[in-house]
Amino acid sequence: MKYIALLYGEPDAGPAPGTPEFVEMLGEFQSATTAMADAGVLVDSGPLQPPQTATTVRVRDGQTQLSDGPFAEIKEQLGGYYILDCEDLDTALRYAAMIPSAKYGSVEVRPVMVMGPH
Amino acid sequence: MAQLAGDLSLAEDCAQEACAAAVAQWPRDGVPANPGGWVVAVARHRALDHLRRESARAGKEREAVREWAAAGPDRSAVAGDDQLALLFACCHPALDPASRVTLTLRVVCGLPTASIARLLLLPEPTVAQRIVRAKRKIRDAGIRLRLPGPGERAARLASVLRVIYLTFTEGHSPHGTSAVVQDDLCEEALRLARRLHRLVPGEPEVTGLLALILLTSARSAARADQDGALVLLADQDRSRWDRDRLAEGQSLAETALAQRRPGPYQLQAAIAACHADAATAAGTDWRQIAALYGELLRFDPSPVIEANRAIAVAYAEGPAAGLVILDTLAASSRLARWPQLHIARGALLARCGHHEDAVAAYRDALALEPAGPVRRHITGQIAALGAAPAPTEET
Repeated sequence: MKYIALLYGEPDAGPAPGTPEFVEMLGEFQSATTAMADAGVLVDSGPLQPPQTATTVRVRDGQTQLSDGPFAEIKEQLGGYYILDCEDLDTALRYAAMIPSAKYGSVEVRPVMVMGPH
Repeated sequence: MAQLAGDLSLAEDCAQEACAAAVAQWPRDGVPANPGGWVVAVARHRALDHLRRESARAGKEREAVREWAAAGPDRSAVAGDDQLALLFACCHPALDPASRVTLTLRVVCGLPTASIARLLLLPEPTVAQRIVRAKRKIRDAGIRLRLPGPGERAARLASVLRVIYLTFTEGHSPHGTSAVVQDDLCEEALRLARRLHRLVPGEPEVTGLLALILLTSARSAARADQDGALVLLADQDRSRWDRDRLAEGQSLAETALAQRRPGPYQLQAAIAACHADAATAAGTDWRQIAALYGELLRFDPSPVIEANRAIAVAYAEGPAAGLVILDTLAASSRLARWPQLHIARGALLARCGHHEDAVAAYRDALALEPAGPVRRHITGQIAALGAAPAPTEET
């Protein structure tokens, strides 16, 4: 089953860039990603640029509206994602717990819908 | 079998069909040597048929056939593992706590939705909806019905224990009914605890929970008087306690504690065993109970446990000592909303001779609108202190 793990966190949560703790956290991201890749469950992953770089697109009454920033100003911001393909939720949750974002923020794990004949 | 079908609804339907087949066939052919295993085997067969018909996904079918073929001759072990996996699935942390309880009562205990609604004092559509949503989540999120691996086992077992404990406490102190005890719910919790103990015999907390439920439910008959009013532990007619349950509970509590891996359920069982040991309320070893609450606080530093410890200390060392602890707790905003705290303060203040303060504490408890039997107890205490209930109160 395919799952997406959405990484949420407050901007100030977690170690500050340049500190040894920050380097350690990067190492933990690396370990988590490697573990998923080695297990053959990693489909894709990526860190996102900060919310200020976002542009939100809405089409209303045929008009395209663009706005600066994410679709909603929320305290915990979306910072990255992993897409996993593994046998069940418990497996996905186990890997999600390895991602440092789970320590400093929250990781939402949601199944990707399976389309087609069932 | 639910593991096979991966879908609780399908599994349930197949099980019902299998049971119907059993009812039809056994009078004709005689009961097979392992009836439970036979039912499971038939249900698996039908689930497989269903999967073959429904699914074009060859992989799933191959896996299903492989699992069924690998089931082996020892059907009882397989059935036991299936039951345990089902229990773990219904208590999965990915489901919200309220749903875990309702789902367990429905799927593991086999209670009809209407009964669950009655026992939990919820509208039937609410219960039905909760169950449907929980099953949907299990299916859509891919919660597989299997035994958790060694890494997850402790946390998942804790969730199962909590569900059984919540079921029992809901029955033992039902909210909003006129009844003091909801026997049916207590008995369901006991059945679940027994089943879990049979399936997971080596875990002291599992044994501890069974012991706790036995020791606590042993007192049920004495908890209400003939008018249905609440009778406190100190005033209960101990000859009405179920001696067999007490003996079994005490034995299990000892067995669990002997493993030297203490935990909250074992400690609560030990406290209940202290009460069981005392032939009269006066003979209760309150020092031991206070010490046990102290230990319990290390696992569960909750104000409720602190309050219970205060009451034990009061009995062991005198009401003033207990009041010191309770007054500190009453000052905290969270516990201030707990009626039992004010009832305890009222009782201790009365014993210190501060009758006005005692009445005030009891009125504080009333203001929090506790359940009927508790309310009646409080107004009784206020009357005994020679005061009238507050003018707006009804008894």
